[in-house]
Amino acid sequence: MKAVLRHVFLGSLRRRPLGTLLSLLAVALGVALGLAVHLIHDAALDEFSRGLRLLSGEADLQILGPRGGFDDALYVELLGRAEVAEASPVLEVQARLPGREATLRVLGVDVFRLPAVQPGLLPLADEGGGALAALAPQRIFLSAAAANALGVRAGDELVVQSGVAEHALIVSGALPAAGHGQQLAVMDIAAAQQLFGRMGLLTRIDLRLAQGVGAEQARRVLAGMLPPGLSVLTPDAALGQAAGLSRAYRVNLGMLAAIALLTGGFLVFSTQLLSVVRRRQTFAFLRALGLERRSLRAALLAEGAVLGLLGGLGGVLLGHVLTALAFRLIGADLGAGYFDGVQPSLQFKPWLVLGYAMLGVAAGLAGSWVPARDAAMLQPAQALRAASDDAGLAVRPRWWATLCCLLGAAVLCTAPPLGGVPVAGYAAIACLLAAGVLALPGATGIAARVLALRASPVWRLARARLGGAPGQTVVAGAAVVASVALASSMAIMVSSFRLSLDDWLSRMLPADLYLQASSSGASGYLDADVPARVAALPGVAAVEPIRAEQLRLSDARPPVTLLARAIRQAGDLPLVEGRIDGMAGQDLPPAWISEAVADLFALRSGDELELPLQGRAYRFRVAGIWRDYARQHGAVALDLAQYRALTGDLRTNDLAISLRAGADPAAVTRALHQALGERTIRVAGAGEIRALSLRIFDRSFLVTYLMEAVAVAIGLFGIATSFAALASARRREFGMLRHLGLTRGEIGRLLALEGALAAAVGVAVGLLAGAAVAWVLVEVVNRQSFHWSMDMSLPVGGLAVFAGALVGLAALAARLAGAHAMRQSAVRAVREDW
Amino acid sequence: MRSWPSLLGDGSVQRTDRAPRRGVAWLVLLAALAVGAAQADGGAAEYPPVRPGRTLAFPVDGGAHPDYRTEWWYVTGWLEDTGGQARGFQITFFRVRTRLGEDNPSRFAPRQLVLAHAALADPREGRLLHAERAARAMQPLAGFDETHTRVWVDDWSLHWEGDHYRARVEAEDFAFELRFEPRGEPMLNGERGFSQKAPDPRHASYYYSRPQLAASGSVRLRGATHEVRGHAWLDHEWSSEIMPDGARGWDWVGINLHDGGALMAFRMRDDDGQALWAGGSVRDADGLLRTLAVDEVRFTPLRRWRSPRTGTDYPVEWTLEVGSAAGPRSLRIIPLFDDQELVSRRSTGAVYWEGAVRVLEAGREIGRGYLEMTGYGERLKM
Repeated sequence: MKAVLRHVFLGSLRRRPLGTLLSLLAVALGVALGLAVHLIHDAALDEFSRGLRLLSGEADLQILGPRGGFDDALYVELLGRAEVAEASPVLEVQARLPGREATLRVLGVDVFRLPAVQPGLLPLADEGGGALAALAPQRIFLSAAAANALGVRAGDELVVQSGVAEHALIVSGALPAAGHGQQLAVMDIAAAQQLFGRMGLLTRIDLRLAQGVGAEQARRVLAGMLPPGLSVLTPDAALGQAAGLSRAYRVNLGMLAAIALLTGGFLVFSTQLLSVVRRRQTFAFLRALGLERRSLRAALLAEGAVLGLLGGLGGVLLGHVLTALAFRLIGADLGAGYFDGVQPSLQFKPWLVLGYAMLGVAAGLAGSWVPARDAAMLQPAQALRAASDDAGLAVRPRWWATLCCLLGAAVLCTAPPLGGVPVAGYAAIACLLAAGVLALPGATGIAARVLALRASPVWRLARARLGGAPGQTVVAGAAVVASVALASSMAIMVSSFRLSLDDWLSRMLPADLYLQASSSGASGYLDADVPARVAALPGVAAVEPIRAEQLRLSDARPPVTLLARAIRQAGDLPLVEGRIDGMAGQDLPPAWISEAVADLFALRSGDELELPLQGRAYRFRVAGIWRDYARQHGAVALDLAQYRALTGDLRTNDLAISLRAGADPAAVTRALHQALGERTIRVAGAGEIRALSLRIFDRSFLVTYLMEAVAVAIGLFGIATSFAALASARRREFGMLRHLGLTRGEIGRLLALEGALAAAVGVAVGLLAGAAVAWVLVEVVNRQSFHWSMDMSLPVGGLAVFAGALVGLAALAARLAGAHAMRQSAVRAVREDW
Repeated sequence: MRSWPSLLGDGSVQRTDRAPRRGVAWLVLLAALAVGAAQADGGAAEYPPVRPGRTLAFPVDGGAHPDYRTEWWYVTGWLEDTGGQARGFQITFFRVRTRLGEDNPSRFAPRQLVLAHAALADPREGRLLHAERAARAMQPLAGFDETHTRVWVDDWSLHWEGDHYRARVEAEDFAFELRFEPRGEPMLNGERGFSQKAPDPRHASYYYSRPQLAASGSVRLRGATHEVRGHAWLDHEWSSEIMPDGARGWDWVGINLHDGGALMAFRMRDDDGQALWAGGSVRDADGLLRTLAVDEVRFTPLRRWRSPRTGTDYPVEWTLEVGSAAGPRSLRIIPLFDDQELVSRRSTGAVYWEGAVRVLEAGREIGRGYLEMTGYGERLKM
């Protein structure tokens, strides 16, 4: 009996390899994606936190300034305070390495202060380094990971860039306590100040407090004496902030994985439903032989569990492979830039693995729950007699439930994010999907009534079938609704984003050429005389310098970017609120904040805003809010002339160059390289930057295209399995139709038409739901996760092609799925029952 | 001749064990300092040579001489608390000119380093308690004065206050708060302060001592503060080039004699333990100074003690023969206790012995002071 049971149940998985394989694949994909996202971020966060701990060492408090630094007199002042026992000054610079893509994180340190505060950063000089290597200005010490990544060894030369000048340093040793995943370098602090043009500046000071002084108490006292723009944090608070930075991004990726897992569960559901229908008579027979209802149910659940377990195990394997690949190919942050300079390694975490494998099992169990219940409910006597087409799933319109879901979604959309994560937004999306699925039966009924016009018999049969809407058709339709809703919402969101980004890029890049010595976070910059020199080059009509700095507006948030550029007339910034011209008569100078700053700091046009510029606080009036896709932590824009008048800072990060009519950009670019250096500056045309940005955009949304394809495949698969199940149950009906004179081809057409109609209704409802989901994605999820707005745009043509193709494919899938049932002779099909 | 080079090592110490730990790490750096001339930082002026004939003037020459490569102020002595417990102590401040960053306007430019070292020899501890500080000279955190003796790093300091010195040391296990009153003029060692260290007169320093300092103040030892009195000895020495090639280490004593006199003697040893050079000064209670010639100083080891920590053999008891007007005197040197080895640089392997000693002549104690022995362990090379 046991062997028989095993044959009937688990064996059935083998008898429908395609369905089993697809279910397995979907579950595995869901588990793998989820696990990979989890593993990658765990490892990256671990390594990132290790980096933070390495830097904070044994400090009780850390004082953090903006990237631009703060006056190092503060260090002397702090060491004179009774609360402070030890202090270690650090100047951190992202050194651009001419001729290389990567930058190097260089920490200028005082080796004498490291042992007590940051022992992990102590350099170890190699032989030949000379007596005072750790103090010598031309010497640099690399962590193992950095040396490895740069391919240099002790004694090698490493060229770093400061401004537009190249400086050769000698790799003189290692940082043995830095660990294996940290890419960083250490050099003498005085040398770093001089080399990188940061005289008298520090970016952080790590403190050890005197005995008996509490960290929180000291934090409050010191916060009161710090110049504006500096934060004083406990190392734990800094760690927490770091973890918070990438949370929204992680959750979004996790959601993608959850969707994959959900689809896996759905696939299990539809294949199980099909296989239960096919085995009705077997089950009835087994029940008649004395198999208990409970055992039948358990056996079917076991099928699902086995499927889920196999998928889960495969997924765990795949997840590790994906993680390893991601580490090797795109880095620990999946290209999002949260964790620069860390090199995490893949770790095996047994509990995590077990958890994700169990998720697979759960998906399998959930998917086979309803089919198992239905099979267990069947009456043996009735089921034995005939392959009845009573599918057991009673379906009727559920308009009230639909309405409730829609209302729920609307309410959820108004809720604020939870810890920076748009939890309510995701819930609203779930509500909308549920509303779409619930609306399907009703929509099918409406469609059936609307379509009652044509008169061909096949059409009338198909319409009648649709009007009758048996369970499986609705299930197939539901799969279509969900997959179309997901795919179209993604398509709408991505298209809106892409168009908005394109528009934003063209507004942010009005000039012909852009010149920079490095990205604004790195050590390249242009000195005060460069703009004039560039302006004097033949072919150049005008230059506009752009200065980018960092501002710490709050202890609790990462620094925002200060962007100083010419802002004089409407159109100089992509404003979504407020104005640019006519600010002359205001009491305070104007500042324009990005949407992220507006969201994160709860600011509106007209509000007062205090900005710490070079250690002094200045008050501004928020004149407008602009859209910024480049700086997620927020940006504040000031007019360059205003900024320079206040700070006297004449350095430039980027230079926007407008060319004279007829000037050759290539010739100007050559002239720029000749004037400023071959390796130390980068020149790019606005079109080039735009194309590159869009390419990066497309690449980062590649995974969503993949998800769309998977969703569509699943929708189609749902149609195919449902129709296969129905067709096998409808052999008698087909036999009858044949007897009544329909040809085999006409029955095929009937099936195709039925499939197309079911799919069309599903697609229509799915598109509506998709548009609603897209709205939530744009207005709630993106806004709350990344704080940027975009203009909704419907890619009508693309969606129409997609919908048409889906209906066509559904017709084909239904036709193919029915082929098996139509193959036998009409006589046998009708006789089968009697 | 004091333990500057020993503290800083005498071999090519750059590579140490793989994981420098806090506390020892800066000593690794110090060990590295002694190697050859520091790499010149493009155009930095040379170290001035030490030549005979310079007239030392006070209090100015009690201050720093920052052009020279190295300089130290070195106070050693015996202290007795009110209960009669005798302890040895040592407080040292070093100044090093690195010839690095001399064109760098940064306040952190490492042109001059200030390093400090302190140790307490308590027989009941059975070993030395010691601590160290190091920093680049940087107002007001660490620095020195050029007009009189004043040198400090963080909250450690040595300061001449017109008629006495003050020293302050704050370490975890112990602390000193001491006042030293000199008796008599500075004792100019060698040729009126020009002290030759090797057969080649290039290897020399300017060197004076302040023996017979009356010490008073307080010593904190593991939480208990003791009022103390005693006798101390200050050495101040600066030079650009001391250790000749082929020198492995040296032995040095500075003794306050009970009769009010003072005795300083040293010898530089080669790899075979033979004297490359020797010298010394003897001043009697009336202030009459006799400079000892190279052949008037002889160190002969009597008893050795093996360090359980490092396995190094130190001759902790000596016979010291010094010349005098009345012919050679034979003195016997015995330690306050055997284990006065400094092991702060386990990671570099550079260890030395520096401790409180008594001096006996004909079986009778005639003075107390400090003995320093370097170069008995393995040569510093990693």
